[in-house]
Amino acid sequence: MSDTSACPTPPIGRSLWQDARIRLLRNRAAVASLIVLVLMTLACLIGPLLTGHPYDRVYQDYVRVPASLSSYPKAEALPAAVQRIAARVRATPSEIVAQGDRIRLVLTAPRPIDQRLLVYFDRSDQFGTPVITANEQEGRRLSLEVPIKRQYFLFGTDSNGRDLLTRTLIAGRVSLAIGLLATGVALVIGVAYGATAGYLGGRIDMVMMRIVDVLYSLPFIFFVILLVVFFGRNFILMFLAVGAIEWLDMARIVRGQALSIRRQDYVLAAEALGVSTGGILRRHVIPNTLGPVVVYVTLLVPKVILLESFLSFLGLGVQEPMTSWGVLISDGAHAIQATPWMLIFPAAFLVTTLFSLNFLGDGLRDALDPRDR
Amino acid sequence: MLTYILRRLTAAIPTLFVIVTISFFLMRVAPGGPFDLEQPLEAKVMENLRRIYKLDQPLFQQYLTYLAALLRGDFGPSFYFRDFSIGELFAQGLPVSMRLGASALLLALAIGGPLGALAAFRQNGTADHAVIGFATAGITIPNFVVAPVLQIVFGLTLAWLPVGGWNGGAFRNSVLPIVTLALPQIAVIARMTRAAMIETLRANHIRTLRAQGLSTTTIALHAARGAALPVVSYLGPAAASLLTGSVVVETIFGIPGIGRYFVEGALNRDYTLVMGTVVVVAIFVLLFNLLVDVLYALLDPRVRLE
Repeated sequence: MSDTSACPTPPIGRSLWQDARIRLLRNRAAVASLIVLVLMTLACLIGPLLTGHPYDRVYQDYVRVPASLSSYPKAEALPAAVQRIAARVRATPSEIVAQGDRIRLVLTAPRPIDQRLLVYFDRSDQFGTPVITANEQEGRRLSLEVPIKRQYFLFGTDSNGRDLLTRTLIAGRVSLAIGLLATGVALVIGVAYGATAGYLGGRIDMVMMRIVDVLYSLPFIFFVILLVVFFGRNFILMFLAVGAIEWLDMARIVRGQALSIRRQDYVLAAEALGVSTGGILRRHVIPNTLGPVVVYVTLLVPKVILLESFLSFLGLGVQEPMTSWGVLISDGAHAIQATPWMLIFPAAFLVTTLFSLNFLGDGLRDALDPRDR
Repeated sequence: MLTYILRRLTAAIPTLFVIVTISFFLMRVAPGGPFDLEQPLEAKVMENLRRIYKLDQPLFQQYLTYLAALLRGDFGPSFYFRDFSIGELFAQGLPVSMRLGASALLLALAIGGPLGALAAFRQNGTADHAVIGFATAGITIPNFVVAPVLQIVFGLTLAWLPVGGWNGGAFRNSVLPIVTLALPQIAVIARMTRAAMIETLRANHIRTLRAQGLSTTTIALHAARGAALPVVSYLGPAAASLLTGSVVVETIFGIPGIGRYFVEGALNRDYTLVMGTVVVVAIFVLLFNLLVDVLYALLDPRVRLE
């Protein structure tokens, strides 16, 4: 894209790209989408560091807790939690009083309490190391002060007790990375192939496009599944493969553009000056096909993300403990009745991203369409 | 026209041949075999099984055997569904998938077309924005989210419709799957109709109609013919994939169609099942592409079939 800020006075003529940018910025839906996408990317990149939970940390005491803005453990759940731990210490709790960050209680038992067992408080996700404030009746009656570990699960936890917010953001990283990776592969192959076919023309073009036609009539989703089976769940290889299949549309679009570009005067001039074929392709043909390519890329990314979630839904996608939006949605869809938040949050993230990408793509198409000027 | 169709059908045979060849060898290169269980079978049993299914022959020999059988219309026995041949599986499943797919396609056309036309006539109005918003939602919300939500709302909360099952094709059972299948198609068709309609409404012949003071309905009907072209070319591949069943919808609603077969077959290395599905889908794709081209020529007199 050209650099306009370098010009102190605005030139009278505007390039296609300047024009497109002005028109894109006027499109409110596209600008909003762009902002949402930037925020989403930042959240997925930085967010997992800020949530305070590793994405694969299992909290055994917080399995399938609902989304909540207040901290866990909930006050009403404390007595039951204390009861459970006391039972493991083989003692009976009484006088349970919660005071802010600590809880006071008295443990009584018919025999002296083995103080090593108090480590069960430590091991639980709800409490810290207990402090013995009083030791009566030769260790049969212990007064304890136990700090409460406050945890926030803004999106709740999944069926293994992992923080859903962190997992959703990590999943976003994976889904976005997959979308970009596969689109990048499709972009490189499609543009190179299409530009070559369109620029060279004639018999070479015919043969090259005939190959595309044959590949086109292959049942494509089946080949993706075969590739998954073949590459054995390695998701980077898998999406290189997806990209290697998705380039067909790109090649057609670029070829169409290249066919008209090769008759332009500047290409003829370059030919007359003796520029090599590769040079013309790189310097003249490919840069001028970029308009429709950019539009197609913004529409291909959501397509690939959806494809990934489809594969994950079938259990062929990213494997545990790594996750992607498709995996989370698939888990959530299986447990929708008992734990709706497991579907709602990842689905909302996925749909927001896809919505933004689609609106951005539409906006770009309108902005780059020379007929609408 | 007839010679054109015949020539296209003949040209489809080499394409089909290429598809069969690629999938056959791709499938065989993948590690694992149809009889690899968690507890390995005894060597003798394995040997016998492999001999019965002719897996002990050289790969190229197997390929020739398969091609010969395919030419006779024989898809072979299933490796995974032991008591069925692939032909029997398709005879049971294909009508189910086709019925669902065809209903979804008709529903999508009946709703998506008018919605798109409405949006085009009210370009940049509220109705237009509403249709675009709905269409984008339909494209972006995956059907494996839509399906469970529909099940919860209509199946459990309101209890109007059964949550799943096929029940011999009862109407009540097919409503939710059809709606799930149709929603994304409605969205795409509405979008495409809108874009094509906007283009057509700027054309000279429509301006003439407007100048003559004809009613909006008449104008819409005339514009529909021109606007149908891109939609028709989208519908070809879409119809092929709808009629051959959807893995997601058939799994979630428990429908005995053929959509599930490919994934099951690929995971269980059921070679014949995978090959059969590939062949059936490829035939559908080729047929519908031909149908699209013929329809194109009927709709647009400028297109000549050569």
